[in-house]
Amino acid sequence: MYFGGSFSRGDFLFLLSGAVTTLSITLVAVVIGTVLGVLFGLIRAGAPWWIGNTLGAVLDVFRSVPLLIQLVLFNSFNSMLKLNWPTFTVGCICLGIYASAFCTEIVRSGVGAVPQTTRRAARSLGLTWRQELTSITLPIATRIVFPSWIGLTLGVMKDTALVLWIGIVELLRSSQIVTSRVQEPLLILGITGLIYFVMSFPIARLGNQLEKKWGTQ
Amino acid sequence: MDYEFQWRPVLRSLPEMLWGALQTIEIAGLAMMLGTVLAIFLALAKRSGKKYLSLPADMWIETARNTPALFQIYMLYFGLGSLGLQVGSYTALLLGITFNNAGYLAETFRGGFAAVPETQTRAARSLGLGAVQTQWHIVIPQMLRAVFHAMTNQMVWSVLMSSLGVIVGLTTDLTGVTQKLNVVTYRTFEYFFVAACLYYLISKAFTLSARVVAWRLFRY
Amino acid sequence: MIAIENVHKQFGALHVLKGVDLSVQKGEVLSMIGGSGSGKSTMLMCINGLEGIQQGRITVDGVEVHAKATDLNKLRRRIGIVFQQWNAFPHLTVLENVTLAPRKVLGKSREEAEVIAVEQLSHVGLKEKLAVFPSRLSGGQQQRMAIARALAMSPDYMLFDEVTSALDPQLVGEVLDTMRMLSKEGMTMIVVTHEMRFAREVSDRVAFFREGRIHEIGSPDQIFENPQQPETAAFLKSI
Repeated sequence: MYFGGSFSRGDFLFLLSGAVTTLSITLVAVVIGTVLGVLFGLIRAGAPWWIGNTLGAVLDVFRSVPLLIQLVLFNSFNSMLKLNWPTFTVGCICLGIYASAFCTEIVRSGVGAVPQTTRRAARSLGLTWRQELTSITLPIATRIVFPSWIGLTLGVMKDTALVLWIGIVELLRSSQIVTSRVQEPLLILGITGLIYFVMSFPIARLGNQLEKKWGTQ
Repeated sequence: MDYEFQWRPVLRSLPEMLWGALQTIEIAGLAMMLGTVLAIFLALAKRSGKKYLSLPADMWIETARNTPALFQIYMLYFGLGSLGLQVGSYTALLLGITFNNAGYLAETFRGGFAAVPETQTRAARSLGLGAVQTQWHIVIPQMLRAVFHAMTNQMVWSVLMSSLGVIVGLTTDLTGVTQKLNVVTYRTFEYFFVAACLYYLISKAFTLSARVVAWRLFRY
Repeated sequence: MIAIENVHKQFGALHVLKGVDLSVQKGEVLSMIGGSGSGKSTMLMCINGLEGIQQGRITVDGVEVHAKATDLNKLRRRIGIVFQQWNAFPHLTVLENVTLAPRKVLGKSREEAEVIAVEQLSHVGLKEKLAVFPSRLSGGQQQRMAIARALAMSPDYMLFDEVTSALDPQLVGEVLDTMRMLSKEGMTMIVVTHEMRFAREVSDRVAFFREGRIHEIGSPDQIFENPQQPETAAFLKSI
């Protein structure tokens, strides 16, 4: 490695490979977060209050402690228990659980937003609890919460930057590595920001538009 | 598991960590206040309908919302440095969170202004209240209620984001102090577990006091 | 005296007022009737300068409303207005709703303002509700509060913009009673209304609006018993 070079095509590709890592972690974490979130959310919405509230209080911890601290703790678990998981796995699982805490509340609010009368009407037609859930409540709730879910996904993508602290080379860390060679932090951070923006902004806009479109119906 | 927990050294360093927690609260609180003031200007700039005001406001808001907070702190720490403006990690962190808070709160306030019906302004003006009086006595109090919950959340975010200072080398806030102790002792889990508890308490303290304030303020 | 001369008002391409001439004397009660979109509510908003005009002149006791030099805030102290949607300030108690403008606009002390407010609220029958927030009031009570709020500025003129239209039918009576009382006390009032019986009973004159103009104006007896214009008769028949 030498210093003082100029920003090259190779550097750009290196940044892009960092972006791919960012997107991969995002994808895995969002999948974990959504699966757990739907499960927990339905429990929060439907189970007896003491189960729902206990679960809610536990998940609230993940929303009240900095993600960075959670990553460090999770990483130290990994070595304490001698699991020897790769840091990529640690990052994904930690972010996934973190995301599930937010997703749970999104799902719960969505189910809560489906009018009780609609659900009763469905049950009165003879649908079972499960049929009602899968054919009435969930489709309506999905529409209601989809914009929030998009927001969550984008939030997770931005939060992946923190995994650099446990040694994963994602987009932001890549930019630092390139900077240490090229010595033009503003240029490289600018390009990095642009890559984040390109990954985030179109989806954010789509979410806004869906919210507007579905909100007026 | 053959790991042996050692809590004693952590308890000995607790006062130091509590001082760190105080600094965390200070940074988060300052960033929230500065962010709120800036956000009001950003929201007004966006409402003004003048391109030369709304375009910079838009760029600010979209950058704050579409890039990681850590990236924003990096921009201030490394980016400004390359322009010859050396800022310390404390300043970079404070300004970074302020930048982020302002961007998110600007959107919140925009929605808040929209939540107060035009007819309220009309009724106030018809009683002879001036434009500023109307904003101050009628619109802003109602807007505050509409945005209060979102502001409480942003305050908690502000606390959580302040933990990022350690990545640009801050050693005086809660995470910074914890990391400093960790490097010396390697009791990572114990130290960070206590830090997590303290963060939880800070977050909850803000949420609960906000609830009390809301209960006192919004009785209608 | 309120004098309206050849007033034109446009919202973009929409020509709402097409030359209105009208004068209202001190102590007079004038009702404005007509179909929706006939311009009567817009006319009301122009009188206290909540809406601008494109042509013509409105003067209130010799002060031109839309002149650049006119201090509208000062003028509006003398013209009370009550809207269709009652527009209570939800974050203030009933008493605070009424004391706000006397304190902030007229510079009265809290004590002075409260004396006036209690008097006006008793007048409209809300003496028991001083410390209550508007959300706890019925629509009729909120509307009476809005009347007290306007009266607390001791205005010379009161404008009423379809104040009973948004109310449940059983609440209309109490608000009309309050207005009836005001007219007996000699308040100068301009009332946009759909309550024809009320208009007939309290008004000195009735103006029928049609397509942005006053199509016919006269005594209640003339308008309701013996309209001169076929459109007036048709309108009255249709409601």
